[in-house]
Amino acid sequence: MNLLQKVEAAQIKKLLDKNSNGANANAIPEFAPGDTVRVNVRVIEGTRERIQAYEGLVVARKNAGLNSSFTVRKISLGEGVERVFPLYSPRLESIKLVRRGEVRRAKLYYLRDRRGKSARIAERTTGFGMDGQEGQE
Amino acid sequence: MRTGLIAKKLGMTKVFDDKGQHVAVTVLLMKGNQVVAVRSEEKNGYTAVQMGFDDVKANRSNKAMRGHFAKANVLPKRKLVEFRVSKDALLEVGAEISAEHFVPGQFVDVTGTTIGKGFQGVMKRYNFGGMPASHGVSITHRAHGSTGNRQDPGRVFKNKKMAGHMGQVRATIPNLSIVQVDAEEGLLFVSGSVPGSEGSFVMVRDAVKRALPKAAPKPAGLKQGAAQKAEKAPEAKAAPAAEAPAPAAAEENKE
Repeated sequence: MNLLQKVEAAQIKKLLDKNSNGANANAIPEFAPGDTVRVNVRVIEGTRERIQAYEGLVVARKNAGLNSSFTVRKISLGEGVERVFPLYSPRLESIKLVRRGEVRRAKLYYLRDRRGKSARIAERTTGFGMDGQEGQE
Repeated sequence: MRTGLIAKKLGMTKVFDDKGQHVAVTVLLMKGNQVVAVRSEEKNGYTAVQMGFDDVKANRSNKAMRGHFAKANVLPKRKLVEFRVSKDALLEVGAEISAEHFVPGQFVDVTGTTIGKGFQGVMKRYNFGGMPASHGVSITHRAHGSTGNRQDPGRVFKNKKMAGHMGQVRATIPNLSIVQVDAEEGLLFVSGSVPGSEGSFVMVRDAVKRALPKAAPKPAGLKQGAAQKAEKAPEAKAAPAAEAPAPAAAEENKE
């Protein structure tokens, strides 16, 4: 681990600690492409701050230390919307795992060309992380 | 005018600020800056300090340099740089300076050697437009075009922008703000990018065009000063710790 990675690791730790000290312990759940998540985003309107939920399918994850991010896709008013969130952003109030999906790819970009029935993803009931308490929400 | 410091560019990353927005920062390592020599008005006619950075094994420096370091009674350094200072900012030989020389929010000028690009054409080197891809243009799509006029003046003017060696020149980026200082690890977080490749040496000075903040230590952020602060640690550390949860509590209230 070089010095720069150590700096990033220290910052990730700090950000995670800060999150878990808050009202609700928000450790980032284990989730993968194909899963459906609800992301609670802090939105600042003027001086007020409120939380806005964004729920959709995780189509990609980028693992790059502090720079990690994930992409969530949903169909909003008949139009496909993709939003990229930085994984460790303090603007994210929490990430909730809603449903696990069975997929065989790391990036689900093929969903962009699909609509309706062919854009469905089967629910995953076995495999990694299923025997533990994770994913029981 | 305070002394500058030598640093090693570690690379770039990001930092989340209080508002949760991310700031692109360059991380500079400046652990072990030490004064190796001093230039005084009486002896040299000007005032400056020679800073040394990055300890090396004694057998890696030559005999002449070993003599120079022995005179100052410091370990041999990989990099030596002279910084002009005003009279009141002169330092003692052997004084160690920590990263706390700079304070968050301060502006600095960072000097380094840009990454060498080799021999480059005018499009890359000077952002020339090049020529069309079609309409009868052949072979000369990335050429510079005409370099001058006709029989009068009959020559190409000096400093005409042409293809040639690009990069690997000394460059100074002014007015970069300091986002964070980590004195323990000797790290400085400067917003934005800094000239040079990762692992190269850069010089960090107080910004010439911005006022020095009052919090900046004078004549310099000496290591001994840091040691004294450590004795007062209960007070000093308690204060930032008290501040840290406070904004978090404020945020909760807003929600």
